[in-house]
Parts: sequence; structure tokens; C-alpha cells
Amino acid sequence: MNVWMSLQDPNTQWVLFGCMLLGLSGGVLGSFAFLRGRSLMGDALAHAALPGVCLVYLLTGSKSVGLFLIGAAIAGLVATTCITAITRHTRIKEDTALAITLSVFFGIGIVLLTFIQHSPTGNQSGLDKFLFGQAASLVSGDVTQMIIVSIVLLSITTLLFKEFTLLTFDPGYGRGLGFPMGLLDSLLMLMLLTAVVIGLQAVGVVLMAAMLIAPAVTARYWTDRLSSMVILAGLFGALSGMLGTLFSTQVENLPTGPMIVLAATCFFLFSLLFSPRRGLLFRLLRFLRLRKTILEEDVLCALYEWFELSPAHFLKGCSPESLMEKSGKPLRTLRRALLALQRKGMVDYRKSGGEQPGWIFTAAGLQHAHQLILNQRLWDLYWMNEQQYQALSIDPNKGDFVGQLVPEQLAPILRDLDSYGLTPKLSAIPHPVITRIDQKRKGVSV
Amino acid sequence: MKGISNASPLTVHDLTVAYQKKPVLRNVSLTIPEGKLIGIIGPNGAGKSTLIKAIQGLVPVASGQTQIYGKPYKQQRKLVGYVPQRETVDWDFPTNALDVVLMGRYGKLGWFRRPGKHDRQLSLQCLQKVGMSDYADRQISQLSGGQQQRVFLARALAQEAQLYFMDEPFAGVDAATEKAIIQLLTELKVQQKTVLVVHHDLQTVEEYFDWVIMLNRRIIAAGPTQEVFTTENLHKTYGGRLQHLGAVLSSSPDAVLPEEEPL
Repeated sequence: MNVWMSLQDPNTQWVLFGCMLLGLSGGVLGSFAFLRGRSLMGDALAHAALPGVCLVYLLTGSKSVGLFLIGAAIAGLVATTCITAITRHTRIKEDTALAITLSVFFGIGIVLLTFIQHSPTGNQSGLDKFLFGQAASLVSGDVTQMIIVSIVLLSITTLLFKEFTLLTFDPGYGRGLGFPMGLLDSLLMLMLLTAVVIGLQAVGVVLMAAMLIAPAVTARYWTDRLSSMVILAGLFGALSGMLGTLFSTQVENLPTGPMIVLAATCFFLFSLLFSPRRGLLFRLLRFLRLRKTILEEDVLCALYEWFELSPAHFLKGCSPESLMEKSGKPLRTLRRALLALQRKGMVDYRKSGGEQPGWIFTAAGLQHAHQLILNQRLWDLYWMNEQQYQALSIDPNKGDFVGQLVPEQLAPILRDLDSYGLTPKLSAIPHPVITRIDQKRKGVSV
Repeated sequence: MKGISNASPLTVHDLTVAYQKKPVLRNVSLTIPEGKLIGIIGPNGAGKSTLIKAIQGLVPVASGQTQIYGKPYKQQRKLVGYVPQRETVDWDFPTNALDVVLMGRYGKLGWFRRPGKHDRQLSLQCLQKVGMSDYADRQISQLSGGQQQRVFLARALAQEAQLYFMDEPFAGVDAATEKAIIQLLTELKVQQKTVLVVHHDLQTVEEYFDWVIMLNRRIIAAGPTQEVFTTENLHKTYGGRLQHLGAVLSSSPDAVLPEEEPL
């Protein structure tokens, strides 16, 4: 059975649609829960919903979403109260309180569930599917309910987007502006709970937390704006719902709910590794690039300072061994950096002349090293006399020092630098000499 | 401005705040003059932050009333701007500097309405006033501590309030930010706005503030800095923890003035 064939089946269409909606609402609401630092709360709510739902079924014998919602909401409320009470009145911290409450409620839920299954009508109840969900059992009626609930949830989120932003970013300030933050927080909780309840049948209590967290965390990797994050989380959720459902229709005996969660996890893993700004791979690459830049700058500076101390060698060049002594870097690292700098036309290896060969600056290299040294020494000077330079309002977060000042401001600082004997000296060496070296280098390489 | 009578920008009457039966602030009564920069000083745990939070109804109060320009706080909320402590929020939140400043407009917008072009322009101007217009699009985690503080100040400015509360804006900021804050305070004063600042550094009190409230669970003294910021009052406010104040006191010319009668 190929994908297209299975999509012709109206039953599959319902399941597919239902799972996509579930992913969408889960992603959108999960974003706020995640940013509010309530990711685990979603998990606790999902687990706490089980005894609530079971009790409602035992009391009424019906299987309507509305009634389940009430049961789940009450159970969720009791659970959150327990968590708050434990945190406030004992020395137990919130994570432990969450874990205790979650497992106790889930335990009660399992006891009730077993009881229902062994009761005469229990077999048809389908409640046993609430643990891990059974999306295939979704019928049009279920999906209609899911559509209505999702529309309500998404509309409220759209309407209250500004208010929820305040709630998640700075509730104290929001209260100061006159918005009832406690009420908004409860509303968000209730909406999360609603999303959990409509997800029970398809994904189940155990895995529902993943539908709230995974798309939100995934979305966070791709954007730095809340609005885009919420939309992306919804998309990732819906996409996970779609892929999970399609995959499970293709292969026999693959459960839909867990497949959806696995799809969401795949999106997460991919983002964790490959997102351009926060992904591990690019962070590693950026780190390596930074290390290389710093190494090259260090070597340039070391070479400059070595020539400062022995100006007589400026044209003869510096041997790698002397540079090793000066910079304190291992010879191999040093050689790699020097070769890289040679490729960039910053330094050159002087072989001719019968004397000991050595590394020399090109004109561009000397100028660059001069700037680096000057900048570095100005910063040293700045940190030594920070009070004195306060009036200049220098931003220490910027790497560039010289660029932050106009020449009139810079002049006295350069004088201070000179009084410490820190003025970079090599710029005083006449330029024609350097140019000659540069031309020679060009002549060889071209 | 409408809604502002001749009444004082802020009157506090018999305010008591208690956390779990233990009073943190006791019987605080205050009348604040308009258009002044007011420092709130006192030792750690004296209830400085609690005072400005309680006035704004951000913590439950055991007793007392607050009036803003002669009317109860709840009716006058739009006249009040607030700069909370920087540590209260997660700076890795997915938002940029401009969007944070736009939050200052939310109170005026009310429920459901989104900020428009006017709000955006005004917020940009507020960022400019704190010297942060180049950083409007910057993700907030990429700002330095001082810059984050300035974003918070801009957000309070965007509220276009008459009375401002600032909770330790000078704590842990760089020299540039300190300068920006002082400049801003001066400008607010010129516009006849009233600013209450929780402050830690006694060295700068006389330089920054016209008025000072000295607090240690109760009001020790409140009034013009020249009259109230005295050795006697500092001793009373800081209890035995005074050894490090030596420098402040000796440099203070009015250290010999007789003490103001505490309230």
C-alpha cells in the first residue's frame, strides 16, 4: 500500500488530520510553557490527567471530551496544588515535588485503569489506549471535537498573544501594567491541559509531554523571535503528526502515537546538530575558526614583539625556535599558523642570502600586526586606568579600541601609552624596505 | 496632563507588608513632592524593593493605601512606570530590544490590541534616549548587562508615565550606562516627572538625588537630601553596620546638622 493509496482512505484522512491538529496546538501552547519554564509541568499535567479521566469514566460511563476535560482539569488542579504545597511547606524543591506528584498520580491512574479494564464494560471503553494512545481508533466524531478544541485554543492564543508574551517574559512587570497575571497563568495552564486531553486518545498520557516540548524546543533553534517561534513550533508539531501517521500506515504494527513523537524527536535532533546559530555543528565550527584566528593573531603579535626586541633581525627574519620561545606555543602549532599566515600574505619565509633563514613580515602583515599590538596595548592601558578614561564612554564589549575614538581623543591616550614605554615601535622602520620585501614575495609567488 | 490635580504624585498611608506573619515593612506613611529625584536607601533586607512593589500592588499588603495624584492606585495605573531588577527575567528569551521596549506600550493598549506604527516609533525614540537605537534589532541575550538595564529603562519610558519606580538601576552597570541613566533622570526631572530609585551606593546619594527616603523596615527619615542625609539618620538606618560608611560621612558637609525628627 503506497502513501497515495492510503490517503484515499477516509479513515486515514481523519487520523492524519487529527494528528496534525494535535501537533499544531501542542507546538503552539508548548512554546509558551517551555519559555515560562514549565516544560515539566506539561508532563506532570499529562500524567495527572489519567486518574481524572478514569474517575470521570467510572462515574458517568461516557467517553466525551468535555467530561474528560473536566476530570483532567480537576486532577491537574489537585496535582498543581500538591506541587505548590510541597514546595512551599517542606524543604523539598520543585523538581522533586514534580516527580513525586507525577508518579503518585500516574500510579493512581494505572490502578483505576486496571480496575476499569476488568469491569464488565471495560473492554469496550478503549481507555486502556490512553497510556500510549491509538491514533488509528480516531473516528470522524473524535476529530471534529479535536478541530473545535484546536480552533478555540489557537484563537485564544492569537487574541492574547501580547498578554502571553508578557506572562512568559516578565510577569512582575505585566502585573504592574495592570494585567491579571495569575489569571493569565491559570488560563495558559488550562489550555495546556486541554491540549493534553485532546491528545490522550491519539498519543497517550505518557508521550503527550513530548508533543508539548519537542516542537517548541526545536523551533527555538531556528529563530530569535517569539512570533516566529510559535508559528514554527506549530508547523513542526503538525509536520511530526503528519509524518508519524503516514509512516505508521506504511508499515504493519507501527503504533502511530510513538511514531509521531519519534518524528518530533528527529526534528529536534536535526536542529540540535545543524541549526545555523545554535546548532552544535556550527557552534563547533565557529569555535574552531575563532581558535584559528586567535592563534594567528597571537603569532603575528609574538613576531612583532620579537622584532621590537631585536630590530637588527627585522630583515633577516626570526627563526621558528626563537618565535616558539617568545610565544610559548608548540613548534608544530606555530608552523601551521605561520604557513596559514604566509598564504594570506602576512608573513614570508626568507631563504636566500646564505644566512640562517627566518620568518619576516610583508608590508600588509606588518601593518596588521601593528594594529593588533596597538589595540591590545591600548586595552591593557585602559584596564589599568579605567577610572581615568571614564569620560570617553568606551564600550568594553567591542573588540576595537581605536575605532571607538576620534583622533583628538586618541592623542592623549597615545601619549599615556608612550609614558609606559608601550608604543609599538616597528612602524618607525622606513617603508621602502618593507615594500621591497613585499615585491620580492610577489615576484616569487606569481 | 488630564487626571492630574494638585495632589501629590504619591501618598502612602499606613502601609504594612508581611511575609508569613513577619512584618517586612511597618506603618509606612509618605507624601512625595512632584518633580523630584528620590533615592530610597537602607541596608539589605530593609524592604526597599518591597516598598516600591507594595505601592504598585505587586506584593500583597497587610494594611495601608496608596494614592497616585490623589486617586487610588488602581485608577491611576497608567501614570506609573516601573523598572524591575534586571535579574527578574530570562534574557535568553526569543525577543529583541525593540520588542521589549514595546511591552511598555501594552498597558496603554489594553486587552487584545497589538502595538501599531505609532507605538513602534515611540519605542524607537525611547531606545534612542538611552543611547541604544543601534541595538533595536539585537537579540536581548547578546546585550551586555548595562545595555539590558538601558533596555528596561527605555521600556519604562515608553509607558509615558508621570511617576517612575526603579529598582536598583545602577546595580552592576558599566560607566557608560551609569552616565546614560543619570542623564535620563535629569531629563525626567526637567519634564516634572517624579522618580523613585532604590539605591545602594551611599557615596553617590547626595550627587544624584534631591530627596531621600531612609528605610529600615520603617521610615527612619524622608525629606530633602540636604536636611535628611545626616550622620544621625545614617546610624539609625544602618544600625551597627556603619564602619564602611566612614568615608561618606566625613565627606558630608552636613554631617553635623541636627537630626530630622523621624516620622
